[in-house]
Amino acid sequence: MLATLLALPTDITGGTYFGFGNFQIQSGNLIVIVVMLVLFVLALVLPFPGSGRSK
Amino acid sequence: MTTTLEPETANKAVAANAVVAPEELHTWTGKTRQWLIKVLPSDKLLPEGQPSYVASWIYVFGMGAIASLVYIIISGVILSLNGPAWYHVSAFGHFVNSTHLWSVELFFITMVVHLWGKYWMAAWRGGRVLTWITGVVSFAVSIVAAFTGYLLQTNFDSQWIAFEAKDALNAVGIGAWFNVANLGQIFMWHIVLLPLAVAVIVALHVVLIRVHGVVPPIDAGQTDAQLTETTGARTQGVAR
Repeated sequence: MLATLLALPTDITGGTYFGFGNFQIQSGNLIVIVVMLVLFVLALVLPFPGSGRSK
Repeated sequence: MTTTLEPETANKAVAANAVVAPEELHTWTGKTRQWLIKVLPSDKLLPEGQPSYVASWIYVFGMGAIASLVYIIISGVILSLNGPAWYHVSAFGHFVNSTHLWSVELFFITMVVHLWGKYWMAAWRGGRVLTWITGVVSFAVSIVAAFTGYLLQTNFDSQWIAFEAKDALNAVGIGAWFNVANLGQIFMWHIVLLPLAVAVIVALHVVLIRVHGVVPPIDAGQTDAQLTETTGARTQGVAR
């Protein structure tokens, strides 16, 4: 049993964490939050194609 | 027993968007149809155009979330029909399994940007409270659906998540009915009950948007003449 467990792939890691004082966040979560913020800002400032023709 | 309508009344009722005087309708089906036609006429259900303020990227994210949800359901059906022996082992199975995960990421990203956009334009204005509430509920149910998906990975990750979550669920007293350590039960929640709940709530959300119209930006009343021409004070949120 132990031999089977040891033979399993060992690529399971805790991931990369960023820390600022008491605040800590995993890289994947940080990336998703940053992507959402960027999309939100772009959606507000970028012109919508063909908006001049719409009724 | 079927109530027979006078031919003239029946013809009126059958005509598209016909509004018959209430005293001419004697059946619950007729009254329901009358109510549906009044609340959601066909030109509102399937409109040919949208007001000019909808031509903005911030109005795209709701449909982005729906498109992601459609792909989540399609890929989920493919995964469940082929089974874990396929999606854990074959290359194509791995691929579909991965797209199922990434479409969930897209679903939540687009839904959260949609939520931010609607929050900052106070989208509950103009009698749209139920639209807002169904959006909030669909977000909450989607989180539970995604959580059960993480439990179904059948790896060390899912085992860890399940055994952390069971303590929380037991603490709030629902562990006996929602047992995260019971793989079969969670499978039922993930592929039948929760997707059904999400689909029904999202469908209701969309129907409510058709009924009340897409919410205008807060200052649209001052800038968009079309608003006052077509929808009047209702869209301004001042009437209710």
